Parts: sequence; C-alpha cells; structure tokens
Amino acid sequence: MVGRHPATSGLHLTADERVLGKMKIMVAVKRVVDYAVKIRVKSDKSGVETSNIKMSMNPFCEIALEEALRIKESGLASEVIAVSMGPTQCVDTLRTGLAMGADRAIHVDAPATLYPLSVAKLLKALVDFEKPHLLILGKQAIDDDCNQTGQMVAGLLKWPQGTFASKVVLDKEKQVATVEREVDGGLETLCLDLPAVITTDLRLNQPRYATLPNIMKAKSKVIKKFTPEELNVQIKSDLELVQVTDPPKRKAGVIVSSVDELIDKLKNEAHVI
Amino acid sequence: MILTSPHISGHMTIKWFVYFSVRSICNSKTCNPKPQIEHQKQNIQTCSRYYLGNLQASIETYLEKTCKIHYRSFGSTATKIQRNPSYSALTSDDINHFKEILGEKNVIQDEDRLLTANVDWMRKYKGSSRLLLQPRSTEEVSQILKYCNSRCLAVVPQGGNTGLVGGSVPVFDEVIINIGSMNNIISFDKVSGILVCEAGCILENLDSFVVNQGFIMPLDLGAKGSCQIGGNVSTNAGGLRFVRYGSLHGNILGLEAVLANGTVLDMLATLRKDNTGYDLKQLFIGSEGSLGIVTKVSILTPPKLSSVNIAFLACKDYSSCQKLLLEAKRKLGEVLSAFEFLDNQSMDMVLTHLEGVRNPLPPSTYDFYVLIETMGSDESYDREKLEAFLLRSMEGGLISDGVVAQDINQASSFWHIREGIAEALMKAGAVYKYDLSLPVEKMYNLVEEMRLRLGQSAKVLGYGHLGDANLHLNISTPQYDDTVLAQIEPFVYEWTSKQRGSISAEHGLGLMKANEIHYSKSPETVNAFLTNPFVILLLGLANDHSMGELGNDHEDIFTAALIIKIH
Repeated sequence: MVGRHPATSGLHLTADERVLGKMKIMVAVKRVVDYAVKIRVKSDKSGVETSNIKMSMNPFCEIALEEALRIKESGLASEVIAVSMGPTQCVDTLRTGLAMGADRAIHVDAPATLYPLSVAKLLKALVDFEKPHLLILGKQAIDDDCNQTGQMVAGLLKWPQGTFASKVVLDKEKQVATVEREVDGGLETLCLDLPAVITTDLRLNQPRYATLPNIMKAKSKVIKKFTPEELNVQIKSDLELVQVTDPPKRKAGVIVSSVDELIDKLKNEAHVI
Repeated sequence: MILTSPHISGHMTIKWFVYFSVRSICNSKTCNPKPQIEHQKQNIQTCSRYYLGNLQASIETYLEKTCKIHYRSFGSTATKIQRNPSYSALTSDDINHFKEILGEKNVIQDEDRLLTANVDWMRKYKGSSRLLLQPRSTEEVSQILKYCNSRCLAVVPQGGNTGLVGGSVPVFDEVIINIGSMNNIISFDKVSGILVCEAGCILENLDSFVVNQGFIMPLDLGAKGSCQIGGNVSTNAGGLRFVRYGSLHGNILGLEAVLANGTVLDMLATLRKDNTGYDLKQLFIGSEGSLGIVTKVSILTPPKLSSVNIAFLACKDYSSCQKLLLEAKRKLGEVLSAFEFLDNQSMDMVLTHLEGVRNPLPPSTYDFYVLIETMGSDESYDREKLEAFLLRSMEGGLISDGVVAQDINQASSFWHIREGIAEALMKAGAVYKYDLSLPVEKMYNLVEEMRLRLGQSAKVLGYGHLGDANLHLNISTPQYDDTVLAQIEPFVYEWTSKQRGSISAEHGLGLMKANEIHYSKSPETVNAFLTNPFVILLLGLANDHSMGELGNDHEDIFTAALIIKIH
C-alpha cells in the first residue's frame, strides 16, 4: 500500500514495508567513453570519436551502484534496479551492473544523444512505474559533464535531493537519509526525508569488481526493455550541438638565456609589462 | 677494441668479454697497418688461441668445480675482477677531444649525474666512471668509439639503466656512453606497422606513438617508462606480451650498430623477408652490447586490437595454475595475450609496500593468483569467450574465484599489482633476484625448496611469465647477508642446471651471472661463441688495422667470413 505524505507528495513505506525492509533502490547508469581513453575530436567537429573506442560505465554511476549495493547488503533495502537509456549497446553497461550485484535492470531504448531533461523525464516515468524509495545517480557523466539530471529529476518528482554525496547514512525507522555533501566551502550535512534523490561524488566509496560468481548469476537476471513511447515521454531536445573542438594547444615553454631576453619577451610578446 | 662492459640497458657479460678486449689489444699491438687477409687470418688464429687459452682455464675451473666466488661488500655475487691495466686512464686531452666531438653540454663530469649513471636500478652495482657522454647521432657514437679504440679507453654503453644484472653500469672507470639523447622516431609505415627509430627511444613513448597510429609495441615490461629500445634489443627483452608476439628475434627487422672501432654496420632493413646471406643482426639481439652499440632499430609492430579483456583469478594450488594455462592456450587460443602468475607472498609484498593497491578479490587467502589478458577485434565476442572459459574453469575447480575488469582503470590496477612486485621488493629491503626458465611442472618446486632452505631468514617469492615457463624467483631480506646468499647460490643455479633450464631467461648475464654461464651452456658451446667466425669478424672489424682491405659492405663481410671458415 502506498501512502501519500501531504508535505512531500512522495511515496512512503507502510509500516509493514518498513519492517520487512522492502525498500527498493533505483540506480541510473550511463554508458560513456572509458575514462582512461585519450579522446579525439571527429574531423567534422560534430563530436568526439566513439567508434572502436572502449566504452564503460560512467565512473560516478559505478559509485552510485556500489552505494546502492552496500545499502542492500546492510539489510536496509531488498532490491537494487539498474537503469540505462540509449541504444542497444547500453545493455553491456547494464550487464556490468548486474555482474556487480544489481538484482535486475531496465533498458530504455532511446537515441544515443539524450540531454539531461529527457533523461530526467524518462527517469520520472520509471520511478512512477517501479516506485523505488531511493534514486541514486552519479553526480555527472564524464562525457558531457552536465551535472543536471539528478537535480532535474528531483524537481520533476518533487523529491528532496542530496547532491555530491560523500557519505550516506540511512535510517530506516525514521525514513530519513543523512547525506554529507562536498561543496565549495567544505562539507554540508543534509537530512532528507525518503523517498529522495542522491547523486554521488568521488569520495563516497570505491566500487567493487565484478566477480565470476556474480557474472555467472548475472546471466540469468532480467533486463526489461521500455521505449519512450511506452513511458509516455516525448523526447525532444531544446539544445542543438553546434560544434566540438579541441582546446587550444598549450605552447611549449621557452628557456631564455638572459634576464634581458626575459624582459623583452614579457614586454613584446606577452605584453604583461 | 675496448668493450668491456657492453650493454645498453640491461645486462652484461663480463669475464669472457674481458678476454675479448685483452685479445684485441693484443691484436692492435701485433698487427701491421695493412694486413692481407692471410695475415688477418693468422692474427685471428693467434687471437683465437689466446682466447681459447683463457677460456680453457675457465672451463677447467668449472670442471674442477673450484669456482672462486668473491663477494662484494653488499653481498652480490661477482667474481672479483681486477681492472685490466692495459686500459688507459682518462686524461684531460681525452675530455677535450670528446667536447670537440659532442659539444660542451653532452660531456658530463658533474658528480650528481655521474652518481646516478654509475649505479644500477637495484642499487646493487656501482661503478666509478668519471665521464658520461651523450651522443646525439650515430656519427657521434662512431667518432667516440673510434677515438676510445685508438686510446684504449674502456667504455660501457648505457640506455635506460633498468637492467637487473649489473650490465648497464661501469665495472670500474669505463666511460659511459648514454644513448638516451638519440630518441628520434625516424619513420613509421602505417600500412605494415614497421617502425624505425633511434635506440634511445623510451619504450613507453614508442608505444604511445604507435598506439596513435593504431598499432602496439610487440613487447611490454614493467620498466617501460624508462627502458630504451636499444637496450631491449641488446638484451632480447621478453616481457608481458611474449606469449602472444614472441621474441625480439622475430620482431626486429633490422638494426644499425656501431662496432668498437667506430665502424657503422647498417643492417637497418624494413623487410619482413630477406634471405640474402647470413642474418647478422640476430647476433646483436641479446648480445648485451658485446658486439657493438645499437644505434637504430627497425621493429615490426602488430595492429592494436580494440577489445582488451583482463581477468584476475585465484587458484588453490600450483597444479591448477598449470592446468589453467593449458586450458587457456587451447580455449582462448588466438586471443590470449598474457598469462602471468604470482603467489600469495608476492601479493602480500605488493599490498604492504605499494600505495593505492588493493586486492581485487574479496578477502580470502589464496595461494596463487593468475592474470589472464586477451586481445581481440570484437568486444562482445571476446568478452563472451573469456567469460565462458572462466566460468567453465571455475566449475571444473581450476579457479577458486576471480574478477573481470569492467573498464580500463580496473585493468590497469590488475597490471599494477603484477608489475609492481619488483618495486615493492625494492622498498622492502634487499632482494636476491633470479630469472629462470624451467619446465612448467617443476617451476614452483624450486620456490618451495628455497623456502625450506631459508626458513625464517628470508621471504621467498615466486611469480612470472607462466605462459613462457619463466620464473622470477625473488628472495627478500632486510639487508644483504652473505650467509643467506650462500644458501641461495649456487644451489639455485645447480637446481636449474639439473632441469636443463636457463639461469637467465630474459634478464641476461651482465655482471651478475657471466661467471655462471656454464650452468646453462656447455663448455663446447661457450667455446663456439668465442671461435664463431662472425663474432671474431665483428670483433676483428673493431680493430682499426684489421680488415683494411675489406670495405664495410655486407658483401665483403660475408666473403671474409667464408674465407675464414674455409681455412
């Protein structure tokens, strides 16, 4: 049974659900160019070269999934669902998630370029369908560095959000998540009523490796497929990618042979004196 | 000819080359300025006899089993060699001459820089050279060597100085010729993958360069950030990709070397197939610099395959590791690119002494760890193949547990564990390092025997290229200790010899093992080294006055060799 709390209009666990620890966690993961790859810009400047390049799960998403798994292992949750959006190859990333220990996965078959607002809308639709009590995402994807999806989906769901989490502590009784956030000035601690959205930062945890027994189990885990139409979400983008270019190359340092030469360069080349 | 401790970056031969140098001095004193071939032949015979005489003594010593081994103060085994008085001492005229050839900047007498150049990576061998030269071209190397030859100055070629047997540093006060400044890439053929570069190029830099073009270097080793290709070639380095791409003897298509008298031998072909005469360059590969300084290299690079997968596995015992190897070779077949193993003690050493390293497997003690890497062209196919193989092996009990890397960072962390063992050992204190080729079934028996022999006095680690039947036996103690050493040597060499193994699979002989060559090569073979017509030829060419009639053409060398053979 699902109750509605007047203040947050979110979803709350019933007493039974609380006792039985039936909390569900949904984790959104993105397939991106592997962090260690040296990227190259396509010659037509339309984007980054992605063909024949190693693709992996976004590192922040790995951290998000790891956190969800730890919460489940501590007994506070019963199920972890991994979600990814994009073309068929996303299934590889979901398999990695399942091999790490997620219970099942959802693949939303969508075009490769999805901007954060579209992703947020799709996530909202999935949350409405699955009714998880916690939605964890990486703070940003390393290919676009947007850092928007978590915040947008929290807004759409009208859920509280704890972003840049470097520590998460759940209190099942009080239905509250205490999140320590990394902010410019230091650390900020927030208390969020569940259900909530958390986005993870680097220092939250160190993700586990995919072990062979888990890889074996993952083969029989379910990956459910949805299309945006089935979720009643229209994907339209208000953004148009105009151009992608390399940053300007740093000029090599020059060793000058005398103070006079240095002054000359500072004056006539760098124009700083 | 002055090469005493020749070696570019790695290992070196010692005593029998000291013989060479003595011999060539003898040559220069007795040779006429313009010898006929007849005279040359006679000289060679004289010198061969001189060599053989010395070699005979060495063989007799071996046969009588009275090897006199003197210990250096920090405990490494090395025969106490005396500095040969026939070699000149460095004078200021010499230094000026070098400055003329190389310019002020490349003639180094600075104490600090000499200190680093005089000591090897393991800090076990220290020379007392007072001059470091950094030539920037083959021509400069040639002029240096010509001059040293005429002055009877001993030299040692040096590259990255990452060798593990004391071959890259001076024994006494030899002039150090460091090839590191010759680091240009000359050409790269994007279709065939043939790379031509100077010998001072650092392996990792070459790898980055060819990776950009869609290729990879056929060899990879832990020292890649510092070792230079010239040294790799001169030591016939093996490394982590050996099981897939084989030896440098197959991958090196050509090289350019400068002989001790300054003669430049241009064997820099870029052809896959060239059956025109004797393949002289093969002698240089693995000769540890004793025949000449390699200045340019032409190497075949394989295409970079897009899908790289790596698994870190735990096995309960050594026989599982062996069976796993057999299965891997059969089931993974053409995609298998590396098969390494390490024991529990090695893992402990790495976890204790290296920063930022964690055991990929959930906490449990396993006795053995195996690292398997595959490289292929189809990501999902390779991944499935590897996973199917691993799961089946797990069901069969060969693997107790394992993890598969999901991204490049995880893959690097697995390699960091295997490649970091040597570094961890250095941090732990003193290390006695042995690199042995042994039959796979017997390999770990040696490790266990050493543990029994040494008991509490030392930590014995076994790890290495299981795919190539190459064991890296390492014994770690807080300090160098002669009593520990006495327990290790010559037992390890004798044990290896009984298995008809090699006392130096890939590290070379250097200063450390030159005297132990008889454990792996029969006296007749060693004799053959010294009387091999090509070796004599190359060393004879080193003498200014010899081969005066012959040009430096390949053809003439070939002819001369034949003549010597006939007579």
